[in-house]
Amino acid sequence: MASARNPAVIAASLVKRFDKVTAVDRLSFEVYPGEIFGLVGPDGAGKTTTMRMLAGVMSPDAGSARVAGFDIVQNSEAVKNHISYMPQRFGLYEDLTVDENIRFYADLFGLAKAEREAHAARLLAAAGMSDFRARLAGKLSGGMKQKLGLTCALIHHPRVLLLDEPTTGVDPVSRREFWQILYSLLSEGVTILISTAYLDEAERCTRLAMLLDGRVLMCDSPSALKTRMPGTVVVVASPRAREIRLALTHAEGVRSAVLIGNAVHLVVDDAVRRISELTRALEARAIPFESMTMAEATIEDLFIAQVQGQPPPAGLQ
Amino acid sequence: MACDENLSVEVRDLVKRFGTFTAVDRVSFSVRRGEIMGFLGPNGAGKSTMIRIMCGLLRPTSGSAYVAGFDVAKDPEAVRQRIGYMSQKFSLYDDLTVSENLHFFGGLYGVGRRLIEQRVAGAIATAGLSGHQNDITGTLAGGWKQRLALGCAVLHQPAIVFLDEPTSGVDPVSRRSFWDLIHQMAAEGVTIFVSTHYMDEAEYCNHLALIERGRMVASGTPSELKHHLPQGALLLAKCEPLGAALAALQFHPEVIEAAVFGNAIHLMVRDAASAIATLPEFVRSHGANISELREISPTLEDVFVDLTGTRLRRTAKEAPS
Repeated sequence: MASARNPAVIAASLVKRFDKVTAVDRLSFEVYPGEIFGLVGPDGAGKTTTMRMLAGVMSPDAGSARVAGFDIVQNSEAVKNHISYMPQRFGLYEDLTVDENIRFYADLFGLAKAEREAHAARLLAAAGMSDFRARLAGKLSGGMKQKLGLTCALIHHPRVLLLDEPTTGVDPVSRREFWQILYSLLSEGVTILISTAYLDEAERCTRLAMLLDGRVLMCDSPSALKTRMPGTVVVVASPRAREIRLALTHAEGVRSAVLIGNAVHLVVDDAVRRISELTRALEARAIPFESMTMAEATIEDLFIAQVQGQPPPAGLQ
Repeated sequence: MACDENLSVEVRDLVKRFGTFTAVDRVSFSVRRGEIMGFLGPNGAGKSTMIRIMCGLLRPTSGSAYVAGFDVAKDPEAVRQRIGYMSQKFSLYDDLTVSENLHFFGGLYGVGRRLIEQRVAGAIATAGLSGHQNDITGTLAGGWKQRLALGCAVLHQPAIVFLDEPTSGVDPVSRRSFWDLIHQMAAEGVTIFVSTHYMDEAEYCNHLALIERGRMVASGTPSELKHHLPQGALLLAKCEPLGAALAALQFHPEVIEAAVFGNAIHLMVRDAASAIATLPEFVRSHGANISELREISPTLEDVFVDLTGTRLRRTAKEAPS
């Protein structure tokens, strides 16, 4: 498959400035067909600006990008015909029904009537919305609205799908259904670029770029990223977690100690050695604990370790 | 008055109806002093209504709620003097300085002239904003604004603080430092209420109540909740090819739910041992392979989806064509 080797999205040193703020700072990454690629980072990391540039609705100040084979600056109209961009607030008409919204987008993209009916029915079935075709979009739940947005965004068979924080504020069940639809699209050869501020959602992507202050901190698959965690996470569960944190924060080999619920999450240099040392330290102080075990690092642990290993960005020090 | 003085909040059979809609449906719980209690649930589940009732802003239809020893229905004013509130859209004035915002909220909460300077200085130090008293609030980074907003919400030293999605969208480093501050306040005896739909934010609480459609569907510590998947166990399966394996696994009688996670599939199964014994052969007979299959600990989201009983819709389980 030649297409498997040609990236569907190439961002090369993209830059976008707003006044004095550099929202996107020499951003580069590639997305291949069959991937769900995540742009993952907090608010203000540059996710939305990047999406807008790739969708051809905003020009970069420097750098270039190709989406579905077209240059986003020189050929932005062609880009728009082959992709679908779903912004955070997708333009649904609340006073139109589900069916009418879909028809509207089908007309917009000039889809033939015969073709659109079967396609719309299939998309609605996949979204679990077949029974809601006559409902007003304004009367749908948040999760349903997002699924209707996705259905409208898919009506013209786009090759690349750009989704800007589609699951923010969506209930967990709808969020899962949304992802299930995304995975089913992969088998049809659609390439998906999705942005999210949920670090746990990053685990669902095939590959991801962690963004902070407009730059890529790291880019790889979730499992490969975790192998780059400097140190091991050790979780100490105890009803007296606060005392444990105080006692162990400055212990040798402990890089960080965070209270999470009724447990302390430590990052240590050498888990096997430190677990026995730390156990003794707690026993010496007579602080009881339920367990002290190694845990798999999360994307959040990795993000924090990565940011703390760097000079702090402006405004955060 | 509530009988136990270690209880900061005591809610019994609380009901709130708006017309025919029941927003809060017979909810009971209690929270001890210094505890961090989380309300976890999707938007529209009734979390905000419960919080408004506990803040003395809405009267319950029936049932009772005591907050800091006062009945919210009979003495809402006394309740309001003893609580602090911070919403996700913190209402700071962007064109005022850090110090001006603190003075403004201090005045609003009725902190007296003699106390205000000392409290403002304390809030600036606690929030890690020393040296930035005269910065314009609008120029602060998100994590800083959030700590300032918390400082404003607690200037009158409330016994209970309500936080509505306090750390949504902020970077993880700022988020952790914010939670440090919360844990510090809790250690000093302040009771903290957090309402959120972010599963990972809920992990920071000592105690959690899962809320759906106005009802409390479960409560416990985050780890208790994660160790009790009522319907079965969670397995991770690494499969090749993923699509074929997923299509087959959805139809195995052991499998309650199958969802793709990156390069693997998460399976909710009725019984871990029997699933691990039978699934590899089953998947092989459908032209795919399982290279790794093991039990993993569920996330709060898994628990939530499991408890709310809302299965992924049947359409997702239709026969593969």
